[in-house]
Amino acid sequence: MDEDAGSMKRIFTCSAGAIVTKSIGLQPREGYPNPTVIELEHGILNAMGLPNPGIDHYSKELLKLKKLPIPIIGSIYGANIEEFTLLAKKMEQTGVAAVELNISCPHAKHLGQEIGCDPGLVQDITFSVKNRVKIPVFVKISPNITNIIEIAQAAKKGHADAIVAINTVKAMKIDLETQHPILANKIGGYSGKAIKPIGIRCVYEIAQSVDIPLIGVGGVTTGEDALEYILAGASAVQIGSAVYYRGVDVFTTICKEIECWMKQHHYNSLSELIGAAHA
Amino acid sequence: MNIPTISRITKSIKENDEVKTFYFNFPGSVSPGQFYMIWIPGVDEIPMSVSYIQDDIKGITFRKIGDATNALFQLKKGDTIGIRGPYGNGFTPKGKHLLFVGGGTGVAMLAPAVEQARKKHSNTTMIIGMKTKKELFFKQRLKKIGAKVLVSTDDGSLGFKGFASELARDLLKKEPFDAVYTCGPELMMKSLLNYCKKIPFQASLERYMKCSIGLCGQCCIGDGLRVCVDGPIFNGKTLQTIEDFGTFQRDASGKKIPL
Repeated sequence: MDEDAGSMKRIFTCSAGAIVTKSIGLQPREGYPNPTVIELEHGILNAMGLPNPGIDHYSKELLKLKKLPIPIIGSIYGANIEEFTLLAKKMEQTGVAAVELNISCPHAKHLGQEIGCDPGLVQDITFSVKNRVKIPVFVKISPNITNIIEIAQAAKKGHADAIVAINTVKAMKIDLETQHPILANKIGGYSGKAIKPIGIRCVYEIAQSVDIPLIGVGGVTTGEDALEYILAGASAVQIGSAVYYRGVDVFTTICKEIECWMKQHHYNSLSELIGAAHA
Repeated sequence: MNIPTISRITKSIKENDEVKTFYFNFPGSVSPGQFYMIWIPGVDEIPMSVSYIQDDIKGITFRKIGDATNALFQLKKGDTIGIRGPYGNGFTPKGKHLLFVGGGTGVAMLAPAVEQARKKHSNTTMIIGMKTKKELFFKQRLKKIGAKVLVSTDDGSLGFKGFASELARDLLKKEPFDAVYTCGPELMMKSLLNYCKKIPFQASLERYMKCSIGLCGQCCIGDGLRVCVDGPIFNGKTLQTIEDFGTFQRDASGKKIPL
């Protein structure tokens, strides 16, 4: 979802607190041929390949949403500092509330993880974008690297306002009958319930070494999943695959589940719970 | 799980120079109007409506128009394809006197709906609209089950000369129908909707699809209606509020392009 104005309107009516757009680049990009998405035992495997209509066309979609009463976070991807900086500026001009740097796509050559595993580059991109735009800048990082803390620190050094963790986990599915990887791109990113423990661990570790807000993502399907991320140190969570598992209304449902849990456990404010697992 | 099951083509019928029907053993229920994702390994995976339903035997009928359907067209009995699904909502025919309007390969997915209506003893009329006579298929299949079949061709080589929607318009003036069901070129369906504002109307829409499970947003129309999950069948009331209907589709990048 969130590839066009209409679908963002629908997500808004389902109680989402904010909407993160599809990752947008400078030029239109078709993404990979199908199969691009399949469901496995405990999660969703995708290699969409960053399809998007390009920032100029997408700006027109976003401009239709000016009246939307919730913040839109514009996700962008690029191949280098110049692209990220230009995209961030263009994204800011559409009126979005914040920009998210996708430096962690696990299946797009030269556009994701290759950038996101280089601390120097992450710092420079973040710094350059921060200097160019006035809106908050979030950096979305990958779990498919060994130096996740170093990358989070680099984002902070580049003056990132928040870190988003995690992107999907690099994965593959091979069909036994045809002896063929099912995804057209062969390798994809795994999301959904299966990756939640990985996301929780990453958020927990980042929270220990970086003191900027964190947004937890990866397998949030229920209110309890969201609370677990909050206990690990997240101030907010993102939801994707759960739209498949529980329908578009999942945002309403999860909000209710969080409220219910808090009431049962006598909490009045979520902020009491942020990072509580570190005590 | 939404993962392709490798299935063998048990029968292949060439309907005309460019249209084939493949039959395969694929247990599980499916309603007319629903679709499968058909995987041609190494080529592509594309949505295809069910065109034949008989217990475990299901069928798809397709025209060779692109890379995927051309590759599919080369396959024969005994070859394998990957199938996942069924997906989407399906038709919900109601009434005693029903009109089905199919344009081109749209006829294929209406056929099982007509068969289902006949089983329930509805009085059923089917308009088959083609560009020209030699493209005609499924006429005998539908006549055999007792549907009244009318043919229109753009060039007048068979039946009514003109579009299927025009033939339907004339028919709707003469006969009282309880409901209209259609699949075909979107502009044809849009004009048909104009003649059906007072009776229940359902149309099957086609959009570029990727995930088919409501996640990726590629096939969204209007205010976030996912053709793969919320459709592909939409009623007239909904369609009248969707400005994309008959106007825009979106390419693989998500960019809006005129239909």
